Amino acid sequence: MSDRQSSNAYWSANIRTIWICIAIWAFVSYGCGILFRPLLSGISVGGTDLGFWFAQQGSILVFIILIFGYAWRMNKLDREHGVEE
Amino acid sequence: MDQFTLNLIVVGLTFALYVGIAFWARADSTSEFYTAGRGVHPVLNGMATGADWMSAASFISMAGIIAFGGYDASAYLMGWTGGYVLLAMLLAPYLRKFGKFTVPEFIGDRFYSQTARLIAVICLIIASVTYVIGQMKGVGVAFSGFLNMSYEMGLLVGAIIVAFYAVLGGMKGITYTQVAQYVVLIIAYTIPAIFISLSITGNPIPGLGLFSNTVEGGVPVLDQLDTVIQELGFASYTAQTDTTLNIFLFTMSLMIGTAGLPHVIVRFFTVPRVADARSSAGWALVFIALLYLTAPAVGAMARLNFVETMWPNGPQEEAIAIEEMPHWVQNWERTGLLAFEDKNGDGRIEYWADEEKNEAVKVDQDIMVLANPEIAGLPGWVIALVVAGGLAAALSTAAGLLMAISSAVSHDLIKSMIKPDISEKSELMAARISMLVAIAASTWLGLNPPGFAAQTVALAFGIAAASLFPVILMGIFSKRMNSQGAIAGMLAGLLSTVIYIFLHNGWFFIPGTNSFTNADPLLLSIQSTSFGAVGAMINFIVAYVVSNATQEPPKEVQDLVESIRVPKGAGAAQAH
Repeated sequence: MSDRQSSNAYWSANIRTIWICIAIWAFVSYGCGILFRPLLSGISVGGTDLGFWFAQQGSILVFIILIFGYAWRMNKLDREHGVEE
Repeated sequence: MDQFTLNLIVVGLTFALYVGIAFWARADSTSEFYTAGRGVHPVLNGMATGADWMSAASFISMAGIIAFGGYDASAYLMGWTGGYVLLAMLLAPYLRKFGKFTVPEFIGDRFYSQTARLIAVICLIIASVTYVIGQMKGVGVAFSGFLNMSYEMGLLVGAIIVAFYAVLGGMKGITYTQVAQYVVLIIAYTIPAIFISLSITGNPIPGLGLFSNTVEGGVPVLDQLDTVIQELGFASYTAQTDTTLNIFLFTMSLMIGTAGLPHVIVRFFTVPRVADARSSAGWALVFIALLYLTAPAVGAMARLNFVETMWPNGPQEEAIAIEEMPHWVQNWERTGLLAFEDKNGDGRIEYWADEEKNEAVKVDQDIMVLANPEIAGLPGWVIALVVAGGLAAALSTAAGLLMAISSAVSHDLIKSMIKPDISEKSELMAARISMLVAIAASTWLGLNPPGFAAQTVALAFGIAAASLFPVILMGIFSKRMNSQGAIAGMLAGLLSTVIYIFLHNGWFFIPGTNSFTNADPLLLSIQSTSFGAVGAMINFIVAYVVSNATQEPPKEVQDLVESIRVPKGAGAAQAH
């Protein structure tokens, strides 16, 4: 595989990873925290509903996991495609 | 020992620490001055980013905003943290690979245009200067409120300390002082919160306490809060009052604004490797989350505490008698942040939502954090620590902003446009002088604050979101994006956002010149603070259309984009 092909494959794998992360990012904050909150109102969490929990706490926790997950996955991709430093 | 002396000792000790670090972390080269020699450990950089990011607004005001905004204020929590996900995946690693010194430098090189670079410099300076005024005011207020010093004197002391470590150490000095400032501010924020959570819920972790039952009634904290404030006529704490559209767009504006603020982006230029830039964004968010997961608990519990102080036996019984007010209430009444007026002359203060019968005529949101240690009955040194923490938050953010401003002036304007043949030694000198000038200018603005200072934060986020974030993103992810597209996009995003803000807050913030208000906005229910996301969309669309109608960028620029997309070879790119 030439360098150019390898770096194309690396880049599309990166883009795929980003799309998955962005989808989760949007789902927990804009989705569960804002848009779907009325749908989740039946699920109660400590005196309020699941949507409130996602808006004030849950989404932040998911964001942290997302960044470290992305960093881990990219380190692996870097090595697989031989583009690490 | 009285409180004043304690405050002086604790603040004095923290300032001595910052000065000590400045001597240890002097900058000897432009690389050290602009990017701390790219030798900062990713965890330490995360900590420094946390302090850089969390300003006086996060430390003092945010919990108060949540206390009175309830669910609607969630936009701040999600917005000011969600931006780091975008930074980690969409900007930081590639800009680190690019390996130069400033954000406008990337825009100038990627779009092979000094015009694009100049527009970026202007956006950076407007966004950072408006932001720094608020920090300087915070420093002045902290000194005048707690250290018996005049506002002006306090502001000058703060400015001299910042000048000392920022001019001497540049990014290197600022980074290591920010690490120390983070530790000070997080301890100061957490200790009172732990004790308040313990006393209300018995749970020492405030973030968990927020969703627990109260020790006394055995009902959930949020339930009790909802019940009691609705009895007083206030809106429910957990219910949504703003429109879904506005909350959605406001959250998005804060997220992409966060990712587009130059003083945050440059922090990721300081780590050794591309992989470090990714993980460092994660560490930054961990350190930020320590405060951001605590803030909603502080907000809700402080509000509950306040209501229960005013109505010791609940709103059905008699309100608190003036002579029975706790000590902390009297303290804060003296500062003017709390004000009472016994309208019906019964010797009691009744707190209601209804303006007519409400006798707690002023309840400033900022006391929710500042009065916490006193409400929890904590010793004087904790109060002193909160003062030092507020100062650390304001100073660390101010330093980061001043760094972004001065490097834009010395590196992007002087070195790149005015005097390209300047030697490294002279550039370092120019950078130090720019730093001094930036500090002097922002001190002056802090001493003579324009009346609109509070509204300008919307401007900073709006500009970062609508002008800088989209072009940097397209510069990395679209090889086709050319200079015409980028310039047109930046201008369209910038102008639409600035005009929308001016239409609602007055032209150049002059009162009375606005045609619309945030209560009755021009477009649907989109308030001026939420327009950054719309401005960013305009930027993307205009850039895409103009770019596709004009020539594709030259081969060497497309090669540059190829090279920043892979981590390999970042070390070589450092040579400047």
